[in-house]
Amino acid sequence: MAANADAIEQVQSIGEQYKYGFVTDIDVDLAPKGLNEDIVRLISEKKGEPAWMLEWRLKAYRHWLTMEEPEWQKVKFDKIDYQDSYYYAAPKLGDKPKSLDEVDPKLLETYAKLGIPLKEQEVLAGVEGAPKVAVDAVFDSVSVATTYKAKLEEIGVIFCSISEAVRDHPELVQKYLGSVVPYADNYYATLNSAVFTDGSFVYIPKGVRCPMELSTYFRINQENTGQFERTLIIADEGAHVSYLEGCTAPMRDEHQLHAAVVELVTLDDAEIKYSTVQNWYPGDEEGRGGIYNFVTKRGACRGRNSKISWTQVETGSAITWKYPSCILQGDNSVGEFYSVAITNNAQQADTGTKMIHIGKNTSSRIISKGISAGKADQTYRGLVRMQRGANGARNYTQCDSLLIGDQCGAHTVPYIESQNPTAQVEHEATTSRISDDQLFYCRQRGLTDEEAVSLIVNGFCREVLQTLPMEFAVEAQKLVGISLEGSVG
Amino acid sequence: MALLEIRNLHATVDDKPILNGVDLTIDAGEVHAIMGPNGSGKSTLSYVLSGRDGYEVTDGEVIYDGKDLLEMAADERAREGVFLAFQYPVEIPGVAGLTFLKTAANALRTHRGEGELDAMDFLKFVRGKAEALDINDEMLKRAVNEGFSGGEKKRMEILQMAVLEPKLAILDETDSGLDIDALKVVSDGVNALRGPERGMLLITHYQRLLDYIVPDRVHVLAHGRIVKSGDKDLALELEAKGYGEFMEAAE
Repeated sequence: MAANADAIEQVQSIGEQYKYGFVTDIDVDLAPKGLNEDIVRLISEKKGEPAWMLEWRLKAYRHWLTMEEPEWQKVKFDKIDYQDSYYYAAPKLGDKPKSLDEVDPKLLETYAKLGIPLKEQEVLAGVEGAPKVAVDAVFDSVSVATTYKAKLEEIGVIFCSISEAVRDHPELVQKYLGSVVPYADNYYATLNSAVFTDGSFVYIPKGVRCPMELSTYFRINQENTGQFERTLIIADEGAHVSYLEGCTAPMRDEHQLHAAVVELVTLDDAEIKYSTVQNWYPGDEEGRGGIYNFVTKRGACRGRNSKISWTQVETGSAITWKYPSCILQGDNSVGEFYSVAITNNAQQADTGTKMIHIGKNTSSRIISKGISAGKADQTYRGLVRMQRGANGARNYTQCDSLLIGDQCGAHTVPYIESQNPTAQVEHEATTSRISDDQLFYCRQRGLTDEEAVSLIVNGFCREVLQTLPMEFAVEAQKLVGISLEGSVG
Repeated sequence: MALLEIRNLHATVDDKPILNGVDLTIDAGEVHAIMGPNGSGKSTLSYVLSGRDGYEVTDGEVIYDGKDLLEMAADERAREGVFLAFQYPVEIPGVAGLTFLKTAANALRTHRGEGELDAMDFLKFVRGKAEALDINDEMLKRAVNEGFSGGEKKRMEILQMAVLEPKLAILDETDSGLDIDALKVVSDGVNALRGPERGMLLITHYQRLLDYIVPDRVHVLAHGRIVKSGDKDLALELEAKGYGEFMEAAE
């Protein structure tokens, strides 16, 4: 509750419009536009990948060519020209700089605007001798700024980029990559499998409780560059990890495709908590220039008593299309999905989750809070499936929508499939509006319209925001305020 | 100088005239009571003064603390020290009472150029005031007015008033829905806030409240106009005779 109180204060201190909308003009090492086998080979080569990795990419690419772009989702956008994008761009930093003084000042400005602490800037900019930090996306510099890779290594935790993992831990990557989201899974995941350029890899060994939140952030810095991150997190038996992902993107004119894949695996008694604050550029008021966020996130609770918990705060992007899911394979495994999705102006979101109950006594919990304002349209789409063997499985789903204004839309599309008579599925849904009474009450206490909306919406989302780690909760509450600016009055 | 000066105030709701020329002056330090039957325009007056949308002023003026009150937006009025204790306080799910109080208090403090209070200082400040109103920490943690009884809601309104320290407090039917014990707690809370700098406008249907909060002046509102003013004894007279004759006089 204290976090909530502080965050409200922070909400008020936030300025107008999209604070992180800026483009950093730095030299970029670009592959030519377009997509073909040569580009796939080039990406693999640039990353110095072994042959098996290239083969996997090519397999995915060839499969992708046979696939059709899906059209069942309730979002509208112009057809993407996949040949009009760059698939490889890496910031050109030349030799490692000796200190931050030698780093491109433009890059430093970007970090400054993002409020990244100096020490982490050094790491991000690749300064020679800088420690490898578990990068913190959150503005609170005292939070997890000292999460050093070396410290993690001591206890056997591997936290590195996916490219490094391919090179240094091929046995783990080969075993798990594509094991949750196969290369042929869906159009965008398959594209990602062919051309992914970066992302994170985490392995928590048996019995280890990762002593710190691991976090990373992604930032699109090159116009016309599709972003294809690939994240793979494995919690071995009895391991425990909390992972944070957050992102902001610079303002730009053309739509950008962001098609990430995240795979989580928990073995017996292991737990992964994955939190996202998604703040990609949503476009202008007509939705021009915003990010297309078409992401495949899926976790497999392979082991008994294992748990995967997704928390997402989705405020950005022109279009958000994602369903972080759990495959509850191990007996007694637990899947959770906590979501806040905010759409304003012309933003569109079709988001939700899938809970696939396979093991006995598996349970899942879905709490979804959707807020729609302006002309935005939002759909909650969730699948709960109780398979034949899922004796005693349970699901609880609560799906609340809040509308601001009279031009926005909220839709709830639950899919419930049960093949097991002992399984229990509960679904509750509400739709409400911010009432004039509530707004006036807040304004009579001295809050502006925007402060009032921010406060009321933060209250509406509280149940979900509470599940975020403290630093992220503060950030998320600020974003709630920013995202709804201009939605009333 | 008058704290609040209402001159010939006319207002409509959905084009229907509700206030038909209200004149009223409140000096700092004074407590005025407005009494009147249902539909006389009491609540409309409180909403017009606090700037609620949907209440259109068609004539007249309101000078508050030397400024044109009607020119200000609702939140601006609040930050300038106009407080309305609601007849029906609104629920805000998920927002803790303490958070709400702190957000409002800091909005006002910022406006006045004072620094914001940090969480610990603020909690101390609120606890001191909450105790007198029989409000404990548990109640402060609950969501604003959610699941509150009538008495709890009214006590919370008075706590907000105590925390926000307004110059002009308008209390709209603060006595409605209160049993006698709750009425006493609330009245004590209001009386504690009487002071030379502060004006109060009590809007009430019944004389009962005025036994506990003794006003300096009492006005009778009928058909959107003040038809009679007097001292506290006027309230007793009303109680004895009913509104009938004032209603007729106003027609």
